[in-house]
Amino acid sequence: MTIFDDELKELRTKVLKLGCMVENAIHDSVKALVERDTELAREVVKRDHLINAMDVGIDEECVRLIALRQPMARDLRFITTTMKVTTDLERMGDMAVNIAERAIELNQEPQLKPFVHIPKMAEITQSMVRDTLDAFVTGCSRLPYEVIRRDDEVDDLTVKNFEELLSFMLRDPKIIPLAVKRTYIAKYLERIADHATNIAEMIIYMCKGKIIRHMDISEEK
Amino acid sequence: MVEKKNIFEINNFSIFYGDFMAVKNITLNIEANKITAIIGPSGCGKSTLLRSLNRMNDLILISRVVGQVLFQRVDIYDKDTDVIELRRRVGMVFQKPNPFPSSVYENVAYGPKIRGIKKKSRLDEIVENALVRADLWKEVKDKLNESGMSLSGGQMQRLCIARSLAQEPEVMLFDEPTSALDPISTAHIENLLKELQKTVTIVIVTHNMQQAARISNYTAFMYLGELVEFGDTDSIFVNPYNKLTEEYITGRFG
Repeated sequence: MTIFDDELKELRTKVLKLGCMVENAIHDSVKALVERDTELAREVVKRDHLINAMDVGIDEECVRLIALRQPMARDLRFITTTMKVTTDLERMGDMAVNIAERAIELNQEPQLKPFVHIPKMAEITQSMVRDTLDAFVTGCSRLPYEVIRRDDEVDDLTVKNFEELLSFMLRDPKIIPLAVKRTYIAKYLERIADHATNIAEMIIYMCKGKIIRHMDISEEK
Repeated sequence: MVEKKNIFEINNFSIFYGDFMAVKNITLNIEANKITAIIGPSGCGKSTLLRSLNRMNDLILISRVVGQVLFQRVDIYDKDTDVIELRRRVGMVFQKPNPFPSSVYENVAYGPKIRGIKKKSRLDEIVENALVRADLWKEVKDKLNESGMSLSGGQMQRLCIARSLAQEPEVMLFDEPTSALDPISTAHIENLLKELQKTVTIVIVTHNMQQAARISNYTAFMYLGELVEFGDTDSIFVNPYNKLTEEYITGRFG
């Protein structure tokens, strides 16, 4: 084990820690919404600065390693991937904050109807985040491809959620302000799933050295 | 598509020192007007391979070769090869700057004089031209009669490059040309190599992997006399396919 190996290990641990924090933020923001727990929603907003600080810290560490170690090959791919992965994770954190903020607003009003699609979307999205982090650690496997595939499920649910809310709004325009906020929330989750997809694509690059972004992955084996 | 022109074609080529096989059955093409770097740990045979390209290894009496090295499609190990002419066309610069113990001017004019060029004005022209190409002219034009040994390390190395350029070589072989130089002189030489590449094919042996990554178009990785991986420098340093190459360039070797 070289010192450099230790530094890379430490960097990987930090990314996982950040991933955990983001996963919790998503989980808690949706929980705050579904269980109408405004206190928990405020917690999510309050904790976001920790995610931001972690993002900056990891970025600085990556730049330091590039400058001092001049990484090559898989080390280089690992570090450049890390820089991009943390950016996506940080954005997911922001989305969780957005969900929490909408939850705080919605919790002040009577509940429109029980949530059906959003908890399902949140579940899939969280599993995507978790699996990308697993793939980040374990390296080459089918896992990132699985994540990319699941993004379609989230997209479908976004559409279903919207169509359902739209029919409600057509029937009773008074609920539009509340219904629109619900469509926002679905959109945030859909964005989180997109970020998870980005990470999955970058992990494939990290493993294979091949950029598959903007490609039809059914071609990619 | 423009067809790549290979100036050297090395086919199933091995080099022995007595019973020791220093270079093992290597097949490799060197593309014209490109910089090809050869990297690998000490003793991997990279300098031996480099020196075989202008038959400098002939000077080591116990060395012998098997296989073929085609230079401009002609086998340089053919018995009819004019080795002196080969070494003019394939010049060499070494790790330690080694100017002749004579003036700057004489260092550069020596080769052309040996070749029979006598006219002073022609020699002046060749010397100036070579020193300009080696990016040394501005620094030495007022001290052409001073000893070549009085220059700084980086200048001496560029003088050696000028001395080689005066012979109008088609290929220049560099064996660790900057390992004795400071970072500024090193950067100077590296920029010079990129410039020279337009007119001369360059093969460079270097222990400095960053240098190989910075300047070369192609990189060959050798280990224990074998060619482990050869390819575009970009792919070798970003995504090598061989595990051994990966370990070497990421510093986890052995």
